[in-house]
Amino acid sequence: MSASDKDENWSQIIRPTGGFSAFNIVELWRYRDLIILFVKRDFVSVYKQTVLGPLWHIIQPLFTTAVYVMFGAFVKIEYGGIPPVLFCLSGVVIWNYFSSCLVKTSSTFVGNANIFGKVYFPRLCIPISIVISNLMSFFIQLSLLIPVLVYCKFVKHAGIEPNVYLLAFPVLMVLLAMLGLGFGLIVSSLTVRYRDLVYFINFGIQLAIYTTPVIYPLSMLKGKAVLITSINPVTPFIEIFRYSLLGQGTFSLPAVLYGVIFSVVILIIGMIVFSRFERDFMDTV
Amino acid sequence: MSVVIKVDQVSKIYQLGQIGTGTLASDLASAWAGITGKDDPNKKIDDESDKSTHVALRDVSFDVNRGEVLGIIGKNGAGKSTMLKILSRITSPTSGSIKIKGRIASLLEVGTGFHPELSGRDNVFLNGAILGMTKAEVNRKFDEIVDFSGVEKFIDTPVKRYSSGMYVRLAFAVAAHLEPEILIVDEVLSVGDAEFQKKCLGKIKDVSTGDGRTVLFVSHNMEAVKNLCNRVVLLEKGGVIDIGSPATTVNAYFKRNTNYFGHVKYSATNAPGNETIILLSADLKINGGDILEIDKGVAINFEFELRQSFDEFNYSLNMFAITGEHIFNSQSASFKAEKGILKASCIIPPNLMNNGDYSISILAVNKGSMPLFNFENVLQFEIFDNRKDGKWFGEIGGAVRPKLDWIL
Repeated sequence: MSASDKDENWSQIIRPTGGFSAFNIVELWRYRDLIILFVKRDFVSVYKQTVLGPLWHIIQPLFTTAVYVMFGAFVKIEYGGIPPVLFCLSGVVIWNYFSSCLVKTSSTFVGNANIFGKVYFPRLCIPISIVISNLMSFFIQLSLLIPVLVYCKFVKHAGIEPNVYLLAFPVLMVLLAMLGLGFGLIVSSLTVRYRDLVYFINFGIQLAIYTTPVIYPLSMLKGKAVLITSINPVTPFIEIFRYSLLGQGTFSLPAVLYGVIFSVVILIIGMIVFSRFERDFMDTV
Repeated sequence: MSVVIKVDQVSKIYQLGQIGTGTLASDLASAWAGITGKDDPNKKIDDESDKSTHVALRDVSFDVNRGEVLGIIGKNGAGKSTMLKILSRITSPTSGSIKIKGRIASLLEVGTGFHPELSGRDNVFLNGAILGMTKAEVNRKFDEIVDFSGVEKFIDTPVKRYSSGMYVRLAFAVAAHLEPEILIVDEVLSVGDAEFQKKCLGKIKDVSTGDGRTVLFVSHNMEAVKNLCNRVVLLEKGGVIDIGSPATTVNAYFKRNTNYFGHVKYSATNAPGNETIILLSADLKINGGDILEIDKGVAINFEFELRQSFDEFNYSLNMFAITGEHIFNSQSASFKAEKGILKASCIIPPNLMNNGDYSISILAVNKGSMPLFNFENVLQFEIFDNRKDGKWFGEIGGAVRPKLDWIL
């Protein structure tokens, strides 16, 4: 670069994408209004189009919970005095948030090719807005869990003890969002090249639920099974959530640290990979 | 004058064909075959085709000064859109760099991100944000935008109930109020009615002259380019052919693209025809210049070789639009034709045809009803528009645009 180039203060320099370009957080902040508007758009489009729109968020976890409860009764899972419905539902709600973040962000590039081809804005706005929009369905599902909890505690007098760990709930959600977003960003970048990866993910996420303590308590596992579930970074989050709400769950400091570090690292990797792919994405669709 | 955009040696090369196999399953199969030493199951016999590239831009350099309206012209495939895509950061260059001072906004496509379920109001905010405005900025300009679009009454109606005209007007209104330092405008003149078009052009002029902002204007509409731009860049096959004043550059564009094949010459071996008649040559002779514009007459000259004599011979000339539409047929008088070289001219008067792409076929006829040979698609050429009043830049429809007598 010559001296004259340095003298002038260019506000922007467009260069070929070389290696892993640094992720531009300042720019993302400038587009915060856009993220909010995307969230609003998602909200309106879900609630204006169909009556079943919001209802679907309730039907789906109800059905899956029913299936898991029946399965639990069949193989005689011991829930440690917690009503099985409450046990499974609390796991399903958390898992659903994580999996919907992952699955929906993974189609960022493919699903938005049209708009990406026409105008520039930080592509990361889309996955971030998805993660926020998903909170909406999460809270709907949570509103399903709370009456069940109240019913079990005060009518059935089940031994459930909501406790001070509930304060960790917002942090928990942020970490889950980071985890889902991180994985989703990596997958979405790969889907640019491998379209079939979306099917792998949809299928894989359904299998992955069995490596988390959504349908069984962590305390009943022995041997290799413990190792497999503890590799899954969602495991400690489910256990903490369940402990804070029901007073029952198994987690240790190393397990929690593992979950936190994993979430942070996967998000950073996701962002780097994503920013590497976002600029040349339009050439490959 | 300060430079606000410095395009330096920008090239863009597209990989043609597929990169990899496109699916994870088959890429994994290929990788596995590689590891185990077997033949790649996805390898194509003719593997060369996959490695070909397409150079969309080749070492393009130009500067854009503050406050100027720079036109970018060229035929389809010349690289205009690629240039705009790189400037608006939709894709990145393969090599070279672009330095920019100030915020760029593009009108590559108006209405991007409009959601049918949202009201006009919500869409204004969403679209504004997509185009890079903050909420406060949109708030400040909201009334102006709605005013410009002329859809005040329906601003709280979901845009799915809008007519397409309302939709486009609202979308353009948002884009027009972006207030970027640099505005990229691509073919906006093809939308909307006359009144709206005037508004748009006025806006472009205001933006550049009044506010000292810079406009990059890409269009196929040479009339608009000539009227709006200070300077024009002519692209061809990915390279810059000419940069200069609108009049000279637009003329250069016309000259380079005057005809697809306005002159043809055949030797005895490859000449079209049959045992009775063959075509030796055909060409266009433009009256008064070398650019075929609608107000210029043109003579179409043919040279045939007759291989036998005919007592009653005539021509029948057909003009087609390039889209295949038959525009007209014109028949010559019959005459006695001797064996040997035969010349003929058909003169198309000025102010008959509309602008557009045309092709010509000529039929040789014996005894007024027996076709000897139909020479199809002998010449192809473009007739360019030449409007001088500069008030309406939109398309003027119709197959012909005759200048008729009016009694007023």
